Amino acid sequence: MTGALKRPHRDASPQTEVAVLIVFDHVRKSFDGGRVRAVDDVSLGVGACEFLAIVGSSGSGKTTLLRLANRLIEADSGRITIEGEDVRAADPVGLRRRIGTVFQSGGLFPHMSVAANIGITPKLKGERESDIAATVDGLLDLVRLDRKQFHDRFPHELSGGQRQRVGVARALAAKPKIVLMDEPFGALDPLTRDALGDDYRALHKKLELTTVMITHDMTEAILLADRIAVMREGRILATGTASELARSGDAYVAELLRTPRRQAERLNAALPGSST
Amino acid sequence: MSLFSDPRWHEAWARLPDYLGSHVRVSLAALALGLLISLPLALLSRNRPVMRALLLGLASIVQTVPGLALLALFYPLLLAAAALTLKWFGFGFSAFGFLPAVLALALYSMLPVLRNTITGLRGIEPQVLEAAQGVGMTPTQSLVMVEVPLALPVMMAGIRTAAVWVIGTATLSTPIGQTSLGNYIFAGLQTQNWVLVLFGCAAAAILALAVDQLLALIEAGLRLRQRLRVVFGGAGIAALVAVTLMPSMARSSQAYVVGAKTFAEQYVLAALLGQRLSAAGLPATAREGLGSSVIYQALVNGDIDVYIDYSGTLWSNQFHHSEIKPRQELLAELKTELARQNVELLGELGFENAYALVMPKKRADALVIHSVADLAARAPGMSIAADYEFFSRPEWKALQTAYGLNFKTLRQMQPDFMYAAVASGEIDVIAGYTSDGLIAKYDLVALDDPKRAIPPYDAIVLVAPKRADDRALQAALQPLLGRIDIAAMREANLRAAGGDGGSSPDAVARWLWEKINSEKSSK
Repeated sequence: MTGALKRPHRDASPQTEVAVLIVFDHVRKSFDGGRVRAVDDVSLGVGACEFLAIVGSSGSGKTTLLRLANRLIEADSGRITIEGEDVRAADPVGLRRRIGTVFQSGGLFPHMSVAANIGITPKLKGERESDIAATVDGLLDLVRLDRKQFHDRFPHELSGGQRQRVGVARALAAKPKIVLMDEPFGALDPLTRDALGDDYRALHKKLELTTVMITHDMTEAILLADRIAVMREGRILATGTASELARSGDAYVAELLRTPRRQAERLNAALPGSST
Repeated sequence: MSLFSDPRWHEAWARLPDYLGSHVRVSLAALALGLLISLPLALLSRNRPVMRALLLGLASIVQTVPGLALLALFYPLLLAAAALTLKWFGFGFSAFGFLPAVLALALYSMLPVLRNTITGLRGIEPQVLEAAQGVGMTPTQSLVMVEVPLALPVMMAGIRTAAVWVIGTATLSTPIGQTSLGNYIFAGLQTQNWVLVLFGCAAAAILALAVDQLLALIEAGLRLRQRLRVVFGGAGIAALVAVTLMPSMARSSQAYVVGAKTFAEQYVLAALLGQRLSAAGLPATAREGLGSSVIYQALVNGDIDVYIDYSGTLWSNQFHHSEIKPRQELLAELKTELARQNVELLGELGFENAYALVMPKKRADALVIHSVADLAARAPGMSIAADYEFFSRPEWKALQTAYGLNFKTLRQMQPDFMYAAVASGEIDVIAGYTSDGLIAKYDLVALDDPKRAIPPYDAIVLVAPKRADDRALQAALQPLLGRIDIAAMREANLRAAGGDGGSSPDAVARWLWEKINSEKSSK
């Protein structure tokens, strides 16, 4: 069941393909001396330029899985490789500078300006100030924030959506191939969320990024991601496109898919003639 | 006379540069040392629960030790350390004044700095810490770029608390030989000069407020990222240091230092010694309010050059003799013992400040009590009061055995109050001091001690080892030897307790010098 995905331009299991960027191979992680199995024998591959959403309720282990990828925590057993390199062999600091991360509700540094927040990773890598300034300006344009207006503001002066745009810009500043997102749009109002989701999806395509997004919202996953992995109690129940998931036969997966479908039906009934 | 034309104000103002300068130096040095120790410890222990609990516990315990006791404890500690370094490495250091004060105050400053730094660092939202890690910061970068800047307001609040505590507690460093604004307070308390006490308290409070506000300015600047505020605050602190350093540089290090213990008679005699030295062209400064056990060691170490002590005090406290000898014999023996430590006993002033059993003259006459022997028969129906240490001193035991003294009740009292208590009849007998001016004032009589149970307490001039061959010093003080009788000293002490313009130690010392000379010319 895992890895059985079909996308128009790619075929068969990603584990064997050269263009697979991230591989989880029988990864386990437990907390509290083994009492809580947060990640239980997970195997999963993410292809280059793919947008994968991991969907699950809170406590399903999806955030733990993400944190394992950039070694914010270490796996108990199993293997994780990024661009073919075992993460345990990599310097964790260098690894994190290579991977962009968007945190829940931004995770911005409250004492730094928007520009300083965006430019932090290039600064840590020792890039020249003038290069960083140019990068920051370019990124503000990219996430559609006005340069003049936002450059010197502090996080507490921004709306939730603006903060998350800065968070995305910061994740992209070191020109990563891989972006990890932890419930990036969860705390936003629906309009902002929709706009930001679309904008990010466009960036993902334009910059040829490989994105792994954690969400508890199946609708969001279906609308943004190429492929969806459903997690529950530390295990991956199913992976695939929305229509593949619909055929999975797992009761929990079916239950997850029922909600967006019902919403869509109700919306169609309530808004006759709408094109979406 | 208006309050501000009181000559005591001028006296207080004249001493301000010295006292304030010393106070600022010792406070800032202690604070700097405290920060240097506390900040790294706080950083190290922030993620180590056991170490954190241990550190905060220790710092809290230090805080419960009264400031005066903490300061006093560092003196013997450093003396021992200095003796060790002298033995092992061939150099010693002064355990007097600055060093023990800085160490004790630094220890005192640790709790607020440790607690606030740890609280500030641990109060940072975990999402921010994870973001710092996630964007690729090393642990050090996370600390420097994120954790410390975010914890800084809380840390600065701790530093401000520590600064105020240190500046306040530094007033207690006077008894261990560190000049501070506490000199006003200790001198004022002993000579009942409330103007001085008030002056000292106000000066310390203003200094504490000023430093607190400068630190607040720096804190606000750091928080709001306004460099100008930080610069102004820093410049203010630097200016304070610079201004207080100047008088000390101008002051000659060659000056003679006259020591004084913590009571009025000592202040007067130190002023007298200082005036005699100055008159002989020898610059002199005073180190007043020194603890009784500190002052002798300070002399041996050369931290002070000369002071007045009492033969009986040295005999029992310093050389730990319990037997009591006749006056001349005790003096002679004391002289040899002092010489063994290279301290010179220059001579006696001519009066004794001994313990004596004192009662109202009229009552003594009515009961036909002239000596302690006469008193013994009446004692079982009488009450006696004394200071806090008398009943545990050897002379009390000696009195009891020699005369079979047995009182109905024993009471301990503040010495200032017991004379009035015995004069009013509330107490029958007190253990007073023979040179106290209040004996004459209240018309009391000191009872004879025919069996010589109470050791002699001759006032003697002691000279530091390093001044042993100083002819000029000895010549300057020679005219005082054997010239101050008990009546003159009693009157001087009475004047010093007067609480008016003529009661400053300097004024009383001048009066005493004139009295000595007028008696000489009249004889």
